[in-house]
Amino acid sequence: MTIQFNDETFRDDYSFRNSDWAIKRFPFPFHEDSYMYAVNMEQHRGGPEGSVYEKRFDVDEHYVSEMRDRAMVLADDPLRCQSLPHMTLAGWDLLELIMVSKSEDYPDLFELHRDGNQWRWINKPLGIDDSFTFLDETTLPYGPMEYITRQTQGDFCVLDQRDDMLWMDAGMVTTQADWSLDFDIGMNFFEWHAPVPLAHEKGIFVRALKFLLNIQQGAPARRLNWTMTVNPLLDTSPENYHKWGIQKTTLTPENIGSKQHLRVELQTFFRLPRSNALVFPIRCYLCSFQDLMTMPKWGRRLHRVVRDLPEELATYKGFIDNRPMMLDYLSQFDDGQPTSPGVWPDFETEPPLKT
Amino acid sequence: MSKFQFPESIKSRPVYGTLEPRPGKAHLFVADAEGAEAIIEVAARDAGLMAKAHIIYIPKGADFADKLHALNPAQFYEGPTYAASVQRLRHVLENAHQGLQVYLTGTEGLMGQAQNEAMQAGIPHTAIQTEHRGSVARRMQCVHCKGITEDVMTDPFVCSHCGLNLFVRDHYSRRLAAYQGVCIDAEDPGNVPEPVELYK
Ligand code: HEM
Repeated sequence: MTIQFNDETFRDDYSFRNSDWAIKRFPFPFHEDSYMYAVNMEQHRGGPEGSVYEKRFDVDEHYVSEMRDRAMVLADDPLRCQSLPHMTLAGWDLLELIMVSKSEDYPDLFELHRDGNQWRWINKPLGIDDSFTFLDETTLPYGPMEYITRQTQGDFCVLDQRDDMLWMDAGMVTTQADWSLDFDIGMNFFEWHAPVPLAHEKGIFVRALKFLLNIQQGAPARRLNWTMTVNPLLDTSPENYHKWGIQKTTLTPENIGSKQHLRVELQTFFRLPRSNALVFPIRCYLCSFQDLMTMPKWGRRLHRVVRDLPEELATYKGFIDNRPMMLDYLSQFDDGQPTSPGVWPDFETEPPLKT
Repeated sequence: MSKFQFPESIKSRPVYGTLEPRPGKAHLFVADAEGAEAIIEVAARDAGLMAKAHIIYIPKGADFADKLHALNPAQFYEGPTYAASVQRLRHVLENAHQGLQVYLTGTEGLMGQAQNEAMQAGIPHTAIQTEHRGSVARRMQCVHCKGITEDVMTDPFVCSHCGLNLFVRDHYSRRLAAYQGVCIDAEDPGNVPEPVELYK
């Protein structure tokens, strides 16, 4: 299927919309009616046709507009993209991984032609046709990581691996759930996770790190994380929190269905071949409450998850003040019927909402 | 007592120890304020060490310079501020030979910044010791304007660069040697709680 790219905004007038296709394939993150942090990792080896898990780097209808938003964020604050000097080789590794994956997975959108180190990259949706010398930085308009991640949805952390530890030594971070690359750069796995509640005590980070250190080339992994965002704002950065924080107070019982968004991150992990670094793409998907409610199973489940979420998590995720209003809204979509196991909407088989 | 037991809540904060005299060809001490007391204790435990020691000391109003001088270190420098001393510190680190032992003591801000200088100069972390002494004030980076405010004693506080009211997030960057300050009244402009003293 060819993708119709939306012309939309993630700021100011917020013209972002999900098509029916995008709603159906939204990565709903709850496989049961409750949620707690866990080492929820699995192999990233494709998934059902059309799902966001199918391709190595999912491209969807928001691609072109998301890249425009990223360019605006970077123009305002170039510190959102940083790479410590020893990370350039990992940047080339990443460029190669993305160019090869996208040209194989979306041959109608992306082409890569290689003749030794002479490469030609064609990105049709963004109208790019560049020839350059692989591993020669002077032949690209940006460093390799910045060049390719200006053309790829999702944030990217590139982790150096040394002393049995991962170090956040490079990244492109413009669609983050309220954390700062500029503050975290150079930190290790435990340090950058310091503000997360409960998970350290549960031993989650120790086990997660062990798993990550052992990820092999060609055997990527993935997990989901989620939070809540008022308005489809991609750049929920701490840097700009003093500007966007106020938007959280604009929810009303009338507008919550369209304004409140579930924000899901599809996080993947790839080992890079030359540098032995690990790349961690964090792909953000947004879906309004009212669109989620078109799937009866998701409506029932989201109500139960939000209702029963421990207070520490609702606070950390920044929606504790709005939770009562969310529950008023969501409870209308929970008729108490059981839900089927797993994340899929099961639209054909789940009972419609009893009224 | 100038020692303070930090609560364990912050996973990104370095753990500080107690300075111990170690064998080494040369010894560099960097201290501010009450950090002087930790140096005096090291000297008391190894009387020979001071003959090979270079002390860089920033008093910050404390009254220990004479006592440090009386230890007869090979070199003694009293600097008015850390910023004024850092050129000298860099020079010493860059010209250090194998076997230099580095001792950092005093406030977190001083230790964190000096540790970065030492690491950048290639001093192995096994040759660097730290001991917290004196004020528990924090060095804060405003996440919004990136400006650093030194010696913050209260939460919330006002960013000395952009003037926003910031709360102290329990997140520490060794690279910046600073904690993170985040706007406290973003969701309710003007509603700024009374500042309370840190760790109280
Ligand atoms: C190496 C790849 C990873 C990177 C770069 C990364 C980065 C981050 C960052 C920057 C945060 C925000 C912390 C803050 O509040 O400042 C975070 C949160 C979190 N991370 Fe990771 N992470 C990685 C892997 C993992 C893995 C494998 C797990 C597995 C359990 C995990 C679990 C979490 C959890 C539970 C949170 C809190 C999220 C929330 O409640 O919204 N992370 N991570």
